Amino acid sequence: MITTDNLRNSPLLKFLTVGFAIFWCLLASFPIAWITIMSFKLPVDAFSVNPLEVIFGYRTLESEKGFSLLDIALAVAVLYFLFRFLQKRKSLPNDKGKLSFWLTRGVVLPVIFLGLFFYLSFFTNAIGAKIGFLGKPILGFTLENYESVWVGREFYRNFINSLIVTTGVVSVSLGVGVLAGYALARVKSKVAFVLLIIALIFRSLPHSVLVTGYLPFFINSREILSPFLGEAAPTLYGQPLAIIFVLVAINQPFTIWMLKSFFENIPTELDESAKVDGCSSFKAFYHVIIPVMWPGVITTGLFSFLLAYNDYLVTSLLLDAQNQTMVPAIVSYFNRETTSTDQVEAVAAAVSIIAPLFILVLVFQKQIVSGLTQGAVKG
Amino acid sequence: MLLFILVPLISVLTQSFYVTQPKVEVQEVETCSPGILTQTCVTESKQIPVLDEKGEVINETTFVGMANYWNVLEIDLMKEAIAESNWADILKIDFWSALRFTLMFTFITLPLVIVVGLLVALTVNSLIAKLRGGIIFISLLPFIITPIIGALSIKWLFAGDGILTVFLEWYLERDISIFSTAWTIEVLMLFYRVWHVAPFAFVIFYAGLQTVNKDSLESAIIDGANHWQRLIYVIVPHLMPLIIFVSLIHLMDAYRVFDEVVAFSSQAYVISLQWLTYDFLIPNDGGYRSISRASSSAMLTMVGIVIILIPLLRRTWNDYVGGKS
Repeated sequence: MITTDNLRNSPLLKFLTVGFAIFWCLLASFPIAWITIMSFKLPVDAFSVNPLEVIFGYRTLESEKGFSLLDIALAVAVLYFLFRFLQKRKSLPNDKGKLSFWLTRGVVLPVIFLGLFFYLSFFTNAIGAKIGFLGKPILGFTLENYESVWVGREFYRNFINSLIVTTGVVSVSLGVGVLAGYALARVKSKVAFVLLIIALIFRSLPHSVLVTGYLPFFINSREILSPFLGEAAPTLYGQPLAIIFVLVAINQPFTIWMLKSFFENIPTELDESAKVDGCSSFKAFYHVIIPVMWPGVITTGLFSFLLAYNDYLVTSLLLDAQNQTMVPAIVSYFNRETTSTDQVEAVAAAVSIIAPLFILVLVFQKQIVSGLTQGAVKG
Repeated sequence: MLLFILVPLISVLTQSFYVTQPKVEVQEVETCSPGILTQTCVTESKQIPVLDEKGEVINETTFVGMANYWNVLEIDLMKEAIAESNWADILKIDFWSALRFTLMFTFITLPLVIVVGLLVALTVNSLIAKLRGGIIFISLLPFIITPIIGALSIKWLFAGDGILTVFLEWYLERDISIFSTAWTIEVLMLFYRVWHVAPFAFVIFYAGLQTVNKDSLESAIIDGANHWQRLIYVIVPHLMPLIIFVSLIHLMDAYRVFDEVVAFSSQAYVISLQWLTYDFLIPNDGGYRSISRASSSAMLTMVGIVIILIPLLRRTWNDYVGGKS
C-alpha cells in the first residue's frame, strides 16, 4: 500500500492509526464479549455494579466451579489455533466445492476443539491441586443459565423451528435462484437491468408492508383455500413451513440478482464447449456449471441464511406463541423479565442465538467479504 | 416470484380503503340497582356483536375511502394543531412522531456511517497485513449478529445499573437513567445503528481502497499533497461510486428502523414508521388486529421510501442509459 510508505515517516500518524484500530476493535467487540461473560455468571455477579465482579464472578466461584489460570491459558491456546487453522488452511481450489469440506470446517472442527478443551481442562483440574497458584480456580463459571434456558424453558423447540425456517429458506431460494440466475446470465437482454431495479425496489420495501398483505390471507387461509383443496386446506398462520415462502419472497430478487452476477463470471465458452461435445443444455448445466458454481452459491446462501435467521418482524407476526423461532422467543423473555434471574437467562438465550453466527463468521469470513464487495462492484 | 410480492401489495392497497370489523348492533340496556326509596336505573346504549347461527361473530367489510388514512394521520387533531399553529402538538400524533424519528434517524446515521466506515477502512489499510484478517473478523461481528441481539447487548450495558451507566454516573457525578428520557434513547439508537452498519461500509470501502490507482497517488505526493489533500482529491473521488452504493443501501435499511424500538422497548418514548404498522398488526387486548389501519400506514411508509429513493434511482437509470449510448 502506498499509504504505508508515507506513514512510516510520521510517527504521530502511525500512533493515531494504531490507537484508532485498537479503539475500533474494542468498540466492535465489547458489547458482545460482555454479554457472553455475563451469561456464564450467577445473577448476583452478572448484574453487579463492579465490573471486576462481573468478570471474575466471585460469588459464582464460591457456589459453583471456576477456571484456573492454567485453564485460561489452555482456552486461549485452543481458540488461537482454531482461529489460525480456519484462517490459514490452504485448500485446493476444487476442494472448496465439496459439502464435506465445509461441513468439516464449520461443524466438526469447532466441536473437536471444544471437546479437546474440556477434556484437557478436566485433566488440569486433576493436577491443579498439586501445582498451587496456577491451578487455583480464579474465574467463576457456571452453565446454570444455559441449562435453565435450554432445558427448563425448552428453548430447543425454538431452535428446531429456527432450523426448519432457515433450512427451508436457504434451499428454496437457492434452488429457484440458481436456475433463474443462470438463465438470466446467459440471455443477453434488458431483463437483467429491470431485474436489478426490481431487486433494489424490493430490497427497499419495508417488510411490514409485505406482512400486512400476507397476514389476513394467513389467518383466513382455511376458508380461502378450501374451494381448491377441500378439507385439506390448512391454516397457514403459525406454520413455520408457511413462513418460508414469505421470507423467500422478500429475499428472492436479491438472490437471483447476486447469483446472476456470479454466473456471468463463468465464461460462456465452458458451456459452449460442452455443447460442442454433444451435451444438451441441461446436461451442460449439470456437468459443467454445477461443479464450478459453488463459491457463488455458498456466498448467496449465507446471506439468505442471515436474513431468515435474524428476522424478527415477519416471524413474530406470522407465528403463534407455540411455534416461535429463537429471535421472537427471546423478545417475549425480556418483555416479562422481572427478576435478575430472568434477565440473566435472557442474556444466556441471546448468547445462544449469536454463537452459531460467530462460528459462521469464523468459517466463512472470506465468502461474506466477497459477497458484500461483489454487490458493491456490480451495483 | 412476482406473484408473491405483487399480490400482497395489491391486497394491502385495497385493504387500506376498506374496514373489516365485527358487525354490531346498538341495544338499549337498562341496568337497575336497588336503592332505598326507589331503584336507581341507568339506561345506556351498548354495542353488541351480532352472532350467526353457529354463535360466531359476523364480520362485515365496508368501503370507507380515505377514512383509514385520515385515521392514521389523525387529520382532525392535525387541523386543530395547524389552526392554532401549535407545531409541537402535531408531533404528539403517533404517525407524525414516527415520521420525524424515522427521517431524523435515517439522515443522521447516514453521514456517520460513511465517515466511521471510511476511517476504519483507511486505518486497517495502513496496518501491516498480518493484523488485517483479525480486525476484519472482529469488525464483521456487529454487522452479522442478529440486530435485536446487538441492540439488546448495548441495552444491557446501560439498563438499570449497567456498568456503563454506573461509569457515566461516576464520571459526570450525577444520576443518570438512560431509558426514561426520549433523547437519551434516541442517542443510543443512533449509536447502535452506526455500530451495526459501519462494518459494512468499512468492508466495501476497504475493498475499494485496494484498487486506488497508485500512479495518481504518487503524482499527488510529488505535487506536494499532504495526507488530507490526498484523501480529499484522490481517494474519495475514487471511492465515490462505492459511497453512493453504501448510502443507497443504508437509506433503505435505516428507513426500515424497527428492531431498535423493540429491543430498547422504547415505544412509550420513540417509535418508528415500521413499528407503527407492526403495532396495528399485533392483536389488541380484545384480540382485534386493525388490519385496515395497518394497511394505510404501510402504504404511507412505502410512499415515503419511494420519495427518498427517486433521486438515487433516477441517477442509476441515467448512468445505465448514458453508459449504453
